[in-house]
Amino acid sequence: MTPHMLTRSLDRGATIFLAVVAACGILIPLSNLLLPAGSFLQVPTYLVALWGKYVCYALLALSIDLIWGYCGILSLGHGAFFALGGYAMGMYLMRQIGTRGVYGNPVLPDFMVFLNYSKLPWYWYGFDMFWFAALMVLVVPGLLAFCFGWLAFRSRVTGVYLSIITQAMTYALLLAFFRNDFGFGGNNGLTDFKDILGFNVQAEGTRAALFTLSCLALIVGFLICRAIVSSKLGKVLIAVRDAESRTRFLGYRVESYKLFVFTVSACMAGVAGALYVPQVGIINPSEFAPGNSIEAVIWVAVGGRGTLVGAALGAVVVNYAKTFFTSGMLAPYWLFMLGAMFILVTLLLPKGIVGTFNAWWDSSKEKRNAATRASAAAEDGVTEPKMAE
Amino acid sequence: MPANLSARLCSFALSLFLIAFALPAFAGPFEDAVAKFANDDYSDTEEAIGVVASSGNTLAFPIISALQDGRLMADLDSKKVYVTGADGKSIDAATGQPVARVPDSASAVRLNNRLRRSVDAAVGSLTLMSPDLGMRLQAAQSVFKSHEEAALEAVEGALAKETNRAVKATLGDARAAILLYKSDATEVQKLEAVATIKARGDQEALALLTGIGSDQPASVTKAAASAIGSIQSSLAVWSMVQNAWYGLSLGSVLLLAAIGLAITFGVMGVINMAHGEMVMIGAYTTFVVQEVIRTRYPVLFDYSLLIAVPLAFLVAGALGVVIERSIIRFLYGRPLETLLATWGLSLVLQQAVRTMFGPTNREVGNPSWMSGAFELGQITITYNRLWILCFTLAVFAILLAMLRYTALGLEMRAVTQNRRMAASMGIATSRVDALTFGLGSGIAGIAGVALSQIDNVSPNLGQSYIIDSFMVVVFGGVGNLWGTLVGAFTLGIANKFLEPVAGAVLGKIAILVLIILFIQKRPRGLFALKGRAVEA
Repeated sequence: MTPHMLTRSLDRGATIFLAVVAACGILIPLSNLLLPAGSFLQVPTYLVALWGKYVCYALLALSIDLIWGYCGILSLGHGAFFALGGYAMGMYLMRQIGTRGVYGNPVLPDFMVFLNYSKLPWYWYGFDMFWFAALMVLVVPGLLAFCFGWLAFRSRVTGVYLSIITQAMTYALLLAFFRNDFGFGGNNGLTDFKDILGFNVQAEGTRAALFTLSCLALIVGFLICRAIVSSKLGKVLIAVRDAESRTRFLGYRVESYKLFVFTVSACMAGVAGALYVPQVGIINPSEFAPGNSIEAVIWVAVGGRGTLVGAALGAVVVNYAKTFFTSGMLAPYWLFMLGAMFILVTLLLPKGIVGTFNAWWDSSKEKRNAATRASAAAEDGVTEPKMAE
Repeated sequence: MPANLSARLCSFALSLFLIAFALPAFAGPFEDAVAKFANDDYSDTEEAIGVVASSGNTLAFPIISALQDGRLMADLDSKKVYVTGADGKSIDAATGQPVARVPDSASAVRLNNRLRRSVDAAVGSLTLMSPDLGMRLQAAQSVFKSHEEAALEAVEGALAKETNRAVKATLGDARAAILLYKSDATEVQKLEAVATIKARGDQEALALLTGIGSDQPASVTKAAASAIGSIQSSLAVWSMVQNAWYGLSLGSVLLLAAIGLAITFGVMGVINMAHGEMVMIGAYTTFVVQEVIRTRYPVLFDYSLLIAVPLAFLVAGALGVVIERSIIRFLYGRPLETLLATWGLSLVLQQAVRTMFGPTNREVGNPSWMSGAFELGQITITYNRLWILCFTLAVFAILLAMLRYTALGLEMRAVTQNRRMAASMGIATSRVDALTFGLGSGIAGIAGVALSQIDNVSPNLGQSYIIDSFMVVVFGGVGNLWGTLVGAFTLGIANKFLEPVAGAVLGKIAILVLIILFIQKRPRGLFALKGRAVEA
């Protein structure tokens, strides 16, 4: 009975979640574009960009929840996939600048002229075409995750070891992208974008469209995750999470399942990064910092691991809190609060907000059902049956 | 430069030198010579340089060096000469009396190229005779590098008088360098010079030998070529030794940072992401100890580290026990949650230190016995790195002995191997857990004391070591202290040997990638535990 009710409550949560995201994706841009500036209901453009950022973070959190919540893989390097997707998009945006750069070189981005590159490095070829860049947003993080996962899962690197080497991976990428001769702008990264698909990146219309697109990506990502976790494949993933060796002994190829879900998750993180870059207007190596990836994990933990809705909610709540506290007088205390959040959530709220809410909802429903049954039994004049347990 | 001219100059200077000694001082040849600077005549100036340089007067060096820098001012009307110091104060060049200000009519004594050379030679020979040992050595080295022929007489004179061995050897090298480049030196002299320079065997000797022209006698060219070959091969060996030393030094730092983690992560299986912050707290303990000593008992400064070590152990260890009791014990068996909670803890600790001590680097001084360096063959070894290596090995040995021979160590091993069996034998496992975690944290604190000597003491100190420390423990194999030792030194040495080939950052990336690949091959590290403990 309980699993059935759980799916029902998840379904209800999912419906509400999808409705809210869709409503935001439509209403916020409309209010920004149509209502007069300064009107009470008008959402200012800076808020559209800020909320767009949150939506991208929510997609990243969703991708982490897919592997951590349902397959038990704690990746501390998911920020790397996010940043790689961002860099792929950034490269496209750099190529779109063309002759409008400071040095006016039609092919080479400004930083390459500055660093005395004579021609475009081979890995920049093709990024002047949007379809190619969009493909790379999926392929580059996906390929890295596939290779990394193929090596790691096949040799049964699990648990904390996997977490530590994913952290080493993002750290190595951080160091590499900081180098000028790596061909990605070094310390400064890629910035000063002009337009995307011919539309000005700074324009209100483009920002609103990007926001809607991010919401759409979040919805699609959520539906993909839902499809995965509620399929038979998803049941095997949960089995791997709860008892990996047993699942293997039952005859499942654990590493293939893990590799599949890890790669899908990396692609989702890449898409989140690609949508993030045009909205914030910069991508630099600090996105690879191990701390960022761990922070993304805490969003999932706060919202509720293994609930999908919770991951997205956690990302928005924590980042809203971050924006709120780091901009006010409380700025010096933000790290205290973030740290305390890590500790308290793991100690006191291991299921996160949504998980705790679900548990509370189910248990209260159980009680109500039990009460109805008890009263019905009393009316029938039968003593409380023991078999109800 | 025409050789005979400079030879003439030198003999001229020498004759003046003799004259100066021959004449009694009352006539004031020094004062007369100084006055000649005010004649604004090149040959008079040259004469004056010679007399002043050989006068043995204490003012000789200030005057000549002021002349070199254009700080020697001469008043053509009053025939007075002044030395303007770099600090703006002036003295009368003839008497050494301070003067309030140099008259406006005075102008800097002019030099031409020929005079500039004799000034340089005079400065060189003056410092070669300086009573200060360091100055003599420096002068000898600069002559060796410039191998200016004009300095030959001065070098030989100094060589005859010199008593210090190091200075004498450098002077000998300088003489050889000059002779090697002197066109009218005999073949025998040159061959001897090549042999002397070959014996020196360093980078400068190599540069000197490669720089000789083709107009040398055939035997000299040949000797030089073979000397170059042997210096190059010995330098290659030395650079290997140098890399190995740097590697050992880096390895000792890695070991020091990782050794506490080897206890908490390796033995207990607790992922302590706040480990780096324990190191930082140890470093700040050192800072506080030094501040107290500086303000209250400055005489004790050399002992500050000896006081800081036990204190850092206690502070970090006590904090570790508190953390274990309040957070970690609720998370046993949930490693991923432990990781997140301790990461949060590390943020809190960092921010707390930032609030208390400020975000900038705090200065922690080196005691006198830890500063400085000595030369071993062609490599330089700094005392602080050497001490840290010794200290690390000592900490490692003590820890190993403690785990092996004390009751607590026995209980720790028992709890690690089989918690429930240990509990049923009457070991208070939760007490052992707390103490083990405290021990690991305390050792991290000690590491902080040592790292404060070579790194910046800032709130971010710990973060820069945490990933490296985990790499060391994972690479070496969890649950094995020897693995940590081997892992740390292997990574340190590999890093330093990759650095010259690939550059510092690429070398580090290569190491990270290699570790990631290595873990695929051996998921449990170099020295893996065997038996039931493996599939926990």
